[in-house]
Amino acid sequence: MRIAKDLVAASATPIVLSILDEGESYGYAILKRVEELSGGELVWTDGMLYPLLHRLHRLGYVHAAWKTPAGERRRRYYRITPAGHKALAEQLKQWALVSGALRDARRAIKAGTFPAPRPAEA
Amino acid sequence: MDFDTLESQIGQWRGYVEGRRAIANADVDELEDHLRTEIARLATTGLSPDEAFLVAVKRMGNLDDLSREFAREHSDRLWKQLVLSQDTEGEPDKNAFGVMAAFAVAAALVVKAPEALGFDLADNSSFYFRNLGWMVLGVLAAYFAVLRHIRGRGLVLLAAPFVAAAVLINLYPFEPEGSTEILAGLHLAVALWLMVGVAYLGGDWSTGKRMDYVRFTGEWLIYYVLIGFGGGLLIGMLVATFETMGIDAASFVERWLLPCGAAGAVIVASWLVEAKQSVIENMAPVLTKVFTPLFAGLFLASLGALVWTGNGINVDRDVLILFDFLLVVVLGLELYSISARESDSVATVADYLLLVLIVSALILDLVALAAISSRISDFGFTPNRTAGLGLNLVLLANLSRSAWLSIRSVGNRASFAELERWQTSYIPIYLFWASTVVVVLPLAFGFA
Repeated sequence: MRIAKDLVAASATPIVLSILDEGESYGYAILKRVEELSGGELVWTDGMLYPLLHRLHRLGYVHAAWKTPAGERRRRYYRITPAGHKALAEQLKQWALVSGALRDARRAIKAGTFPAPRPAEA
Repeated sequence: MDFDTLESQIGQWRGYVEGRRAIANADVDELEDHLRTEIARLATTGLSPDEAFLVAVKRMGNLDDLSREFAREHSDRLWKQLVLSQDTEGEPDKNAFGVMAAFAVAAALVVKAPEALGFDLADNSSFYFRNLGWMVLGVLAAYFAVLRHIRGRGLVLLAAPFVAAAVLINLYPFEPEGSTEILAGLHLAVALWLMVGVAYLGGDWSTGKRMDYVRFTGEWLIYYVLIGFGGGLLIGMLVATFETMGIDAASFVERWLLPCGAAGAVIVASWLVEAKQSVIENMAPVLTKVFTPLFAGLFLASLGALVWTGNGINVDRDVLILFDFLLVVVLGLELYSISARESDSVATVADYLLLVLIVSALILDLVALAAISSRISDFGFTPNRTAGLGLNLVLLANLSRSAWLSIRSVGNRASFAELERWQTSYIPIYLFWASTVVVVLPLAFGFA
């Protein structure tokens, strides 16, 4: 199941911020982590991640710095900022609201046919 | 053997990406690292280097889409966005030169127009002083309105402040060459320059876009000064050449060449900023780097002199204007350093120098403010002191917060982007104060 383009675009910011919340990272590793988290269902055009990261940087959500880890190439590493945490919390709230509303709507529709609706997924 | 072809393939790909002006070199580095990592990973799955390269490039995405995305994000490269949108609209570039030439001529004619109506420059210097600002800047705004396709309601809204300025400045019964007239003329130019920004940005005067106009202002100034130097040299040669033939060219220069040239150059410099952008992009950061330490030194030296001699500063108009000019230069340097710096690099010597500059300017501003206040409490308000007091307060508020943000950025507790945001969101305050001096101050002081 490939996820629709609009949804991919809308979810990009919270996903990237969440990944950076796990710790400092760089572009390629972030993309790999997205793939891993979505079981390969969430596919981005690789290059598009970078304008997004630069936008988050301009908004002050992430801090960026060029670093050269021992034995590796020089890379730009991104780290989430307090402002980024705030934005992430806000976005997560919105996503929870949207998916909650969707679930409740489905539950109401199915209430007649299925006596015991499926419990909410974690 | 495959390794060499792979390297040359990556080199070629890099060349293509670098050709996209919206993607800066550091960004290409980042993309190249990504490409190499992906190629290496694909190679471990058994793909040949060629195949791995093709797959990795494909995954990177369409270069057109990518560079458009970059241009959209890095709106500081607004002109590149314009280049892109021009590509899509298929608008030929050579039009731009013709439009520029037409408007430059218009600006030159506008300056001479009052003379045709009987207002001679020599006898009506105060008339010229009041009216030149809105006339020339009006032409500049119209130039951008044409370039940016501003029409209908937007055009009316854009024209309104210029018309209002023209009416007001001529209806007010100023005492000829009185303080309020001079102050109103100066502040009107500042206010209208900010209105030109609305046209420059195609009506999108949001905080994020304003930085483009600030950058434009700085680059425009550099070009204008350069044209001025060149023009000065030309005039000198012209007068000298004709003198050898016994012809006095001075009156031609005074009546035609100088006023028309100065007005036309306003448009030409604007055109140059956009047409020859990459030249300035290399020059402006260098100029900033050179002048930030020099100005920091100047400020520290004058602070030292103030302390050493124990003399206060004299508060007459010229001194105040000099001070305010210096402080505005500081703001300019600050904005330029922020906008030109690699936004993600750690604090450098230049950032510390900038901090020194801001803090010393802040102290100097406080000294000037103290001097003005004591003059006011001793001798009362005059138009000049009031304008000086207001401007210094406006600058004080800006510099205080700039200093605070700058300290935090150097200590890595805030990003330099915050400093930039603060400066751009402060711009309306200048507009407000300049308009107040034009509209309210003459009334308050009876047009003295």
